[in-house]
Amino acid sequence: MGKRTICFKNKPRISGTFTVAGPKEGSGDLGKYFDRVIFDDKFGENTFEKAERKMLSSAVTGAINAAKLTVCDVDAFISGDLLNQIISSSFVAREFDFPFIGVYNACSTLTEAFSLAATLTDGGYMRNVVVGTVSHFSTAERQYRYPLELGSTRPPQSQWTVTGSGAAVVTNEGDGPKIVAATFGKVVDFGVIDANNMGAAMAPAAADTLNRLFHETATSPDDYDLILTGDLGALGSRLLKKLSFDNGYDLSKNHSDCGEMIFNIDEEDYQGGSGAGCSAIVFNSYIYEKLRKKQINRMILLATGALLSTVSSQQGESIPCIAHAVVLES
Amino acid sequence: MNGEVYEYKNTAYLEYVKKVSPKTNESRSIIDAFFVGGLICTIGQFIRFLLNFTFGLYGDELAGTTSVILIFIGCFLTGLGVYDRIGHYAGGGSIVPITGFANSVCSPAMEFSSEGYVYGMAAKMFVVAGPIIVFGVSASVTVGLIYYIAGLFLA
Repeated sequence: MGKRTICFKNKPRISGTFTVAGPKEGSGDLGKYFDRVIFDDKFGENTFEKAERKMLSSAVTGAINAAKLTVCDVDAFISGDLLNQIISSSFVAREFDFPFIGVYNACSTLTEAFSLAATLTDGGYMRNVVVGTVSHFSTAERQYRYPLELGSTRPPQSQWTVTGSGAAVVTNEGDGPKIVAATFGKVVDFGVIDANNMGAAMAPAAADTLNRLFHETATSPDDYDLILTGDLGALGSRLLKKLSFDNGYDLSKNHSDCGEMIFNIDEEDYQGGSGAGCSAIVFNSYIYEKLRKKQINRMILLATGALLSTVSSQQGESIPCIAHAVVLES
Repeated sequence: MNGEVYEYKNTAYLEYVKKVSPKTNESRSIIDAFFVGGLICTIGQFIRFLLNFTFGLYGDELAGTTSVILIFIGCFLTGLGVYDRIGHYAGGGSIVPITGFANSVCSPAMEFSSEGYVYGMAAKMFVVAGPIIVFGVSASVTVGLIYYIAGLFLA
């Protein structure tokens, strides 16, 4: 359709989802919408990494069941997570007997995977594709920051990695919300160096992708019931609204952010949730239900990712960011 | 694009981010740090008096034993998962005393024990405390040298 936007002719559907959330997420406002809430950060395993895999694995199995399919019906599994060499996804894929397409775009992995799954099913190359992402606070924290028990303080602009996993089945037949278009983002870097301020780093990428999407589909924010960003947090959302307003689009009426929704608002000190699991558990539970019940008719899901590593930020590099968008209809 | 180094920077945006980013409440943090840090030191002083009166320790022996007890308390509270909560509240107040040093050694040791005792626990034990030891030792050697050389001239 446009240079970066694909419109899907056959309108692939999301026929089933499943979410697994951690204890902190479960006690938040959206707790009752998650399919499964675990009460132990280690999920009965002996390491946090194993717990992360187990969460993704149960989300995948749950989503396949929710779509009323069996493992034999799945043609591919597209997945990603935040750990080095996306081990959680690969190790989960080892348990199953279907092809695995590993993807990584940090926290925007969910929409990247959705776009790819929709492309594969819309083209008629595959029938059922499972999409899943996962993140775990404890594994991300030890990879990106400090040990858990270290008594350090978090700066007020920081975010909290979500413990949770969400999976969905994208299929070319059946019922469920439709994926009608996808816009692939480009890498945007405005020079934010502070790795604790992800929201500020990612907002320009989100604004860029939204700008392209509105431009190429000839729509405006008023044409959508909801514009849902992944994990910009409170500060990032504010910056996105400002940047979009400068581009001529007013998002103030229908913009929400998964990171802002997931934890109780009264928790001070940080800007909300982040991580690949953040948009996955919010979209695949609460928002998916709303789409199914036709309380939301048309929405944009825009997950944003900060493409940094511990090495790049220690070497003083700025944070390149990306945002992929998918347009969904009930 | 053509081999030139391009600097990824949008100054106007960065200025705006700086303007709207929340600031740390400095006066509150300083007061919290003062009271918690002061409390830890008071406990240390109490242990010191106790050892002095009950066991009759003095000098280096007294200082060493007090430190060992405080390090033990720091590690114990880290193991119980309490010290990081104190640190969240107190900031520098619980990092600067010797209990903070114990916490910075003990927490990575606990965390990385899942990667084995040699390459995990032992290798990662000084991830946080390593720089403190390196610069602490370097600084003490430098000061010692200055002291020695100055002493030669003054004498």
